Amino acid sequence: MLLIPCPYCGPRPELEFSYAGQAGLVRPDNPAALDDAAWGAFLYERSNPRGPHDERWRHVHGCGRFFNARRDTVSDLFAASWKSGEAAP
Amino acid sequence: MQRFSALALARQAFAGHQGWQAQWRSPEPQAEYDAIIIGGGGHGLATAYHLANDHGINRVAVLEKGWIGGGNTGRNTTIIRSNYLFRESSSLYDHAVKRWETLSQTLNYNVMFSQRGVLMLAHTVHDVQVFQRHVHANRLNGVDNEWLTAEQAKDFCPPLRIEAGMRYPVLGAALQRRAGTARHDAVAWGYARAADSLGVDIIQNCHVSGIARDAQGAVSGVETSRGPIRTRKLGVVAAGNTSVVMGMAGVRMPLESYPLQALVSEPVKPVFPCVVMSNTIHAYISQSDKGELVIGAGTDAYISYSQRGALHVSTHTLEAICELFPQFRRMRMLRNWGGVVDVTPDRSPIIAKSPVPGLYVNCGWGTGGFKATPGSGHVFAWTMAKDEPHPINAPFTIERFRDGHLIDEAAAAAVAH
Repeated sequence: MLLIPCPYCGPRPELEFSYAGQAGLVRPDNPAALDDAAWGAFLYERSNPRGPHDERWRHVHGCGRFFNARRDTVSDLFAASWKSGEAAP
Repeated sequence: MQRFSALALARQAFAGHQGWQAQWRSPEPQAEYDAIIIGGGGHGLATAYHLANDHGINRVAVLEKGWIGGGNTGRNTTIIRSNYLFRESSSLYDHAVKRWETLSQTLNYNVMFSQRGVLMLAHTVHDVQVFQRHVHANRLNGVDNEWLTAEQAKDFCPPLRIEAGMRYPVLGAALQRRAGTARHDAVAWGYARAADSLGVDIIQNCHVSGIARDAQGAVSGVETSRGPIRTRKLGVVAAGNTSVVMGMAGVRMPLESYPLQALVSEPVKPVFPCVVMSNTIHAYISQSDKGELVIGAGTDAYISYSQRGALHVSTHTLEAICELFPQFRRMRMLRNWGGVVDVTPDRSPIIAKSPVPGLYVNCGWGTGGFKATPGSGHVFAWTMAKDEPHPINAPFTIERFRDGHLIDEAAAAAVAH
């Protein structure tokens, strides 16, 4: 089980969190203006890296807030976490 | 290839078993191949076998960064079935089941395919409705599947608990009798041996670090830990690492890689006659011929390449198993491991050409690829040899995520994700 550093509450066990996927995916302002390839890429393509990954978590059984974290997907170690809206370190 | 038979066994017995040959060679990579497969699991080895056997392409190499069958082929729970909802899926998976039925003869290798039946339990009114819909859809598509009452399910699988007072009572079950299990290592070894005898080079401990392209953008070779190798046809069958390998050719994939766990108990005498799966409470279980209970847990919530999962995920599954089969409460679990599964948004695989000429990809099998191994290798070899899909894998393109023609098998593993 992961020990996840919530930027609001500190390190807490994984059971208190829900995973919310890759960070930094911005919904296009005007989807109707996109072609199918661009819309499909937004919906479905993911970086899925082997190594550092910026991702979102929600401390659903704690403060309830979403935040961002950087975790290595091979070692599962967290390198950093930061609040939503803050710049990535 | 030294053929296996009762006569060969007797002859070797008289010779003190000193005359058995290695089942496949360990060749040095050549400078060029007509086709290269990245990934020496069941799907990759089956693809190489079919390229050589069906299409006369014998200068084939299978590049495996570890040892063959050491990834998900050796880490799954070996369940084989074809009772998927949509026609595209059931025809793909049933194509594989039909091949499983003759695979031991085809490969001259006992893959221990056992059609002991897969029982999928319904615990809620919604489950009953969904599974009955599955039964009807399967039968319309020519795939066997039948509905059992709770009592009939208990007759088929006597260890099953069907008391009314359970938190999630068994209301009935869907049974596919042609479904079952096979010995996963034997599948990798059998395909490796058969492919090797047709001239395929199986190159283990060979890590691919790059994909070379020519001036037109087409594939011209691969960079590996054992030097560059030229080829015009490259098949990526890298399961959880597919996004990484396809990224070497600049192709972004609609995939996410998750850890999926399984575990086995201490071996006991035969106690469990079939495979039982439960979507609602998340458990699946069978007994191997060695006597171990083979239990599949769920995926972890987050993407990871760590090949291990969290303990609370397997604990959750064991609680469900103990609820359904209270007699297993005192059994000890021997081993627990994880594999990395590549999951598509619609939970259906991709077996297709890629946007890069000469680059083909077979991936996205998610939590249930083992069952498709013989069919997957057959249609993917066809796709690579003819540069067009076989009719069975034609719907399983990458472009379906652009065009919206999803094959939405959210129940693909019959377990909640």
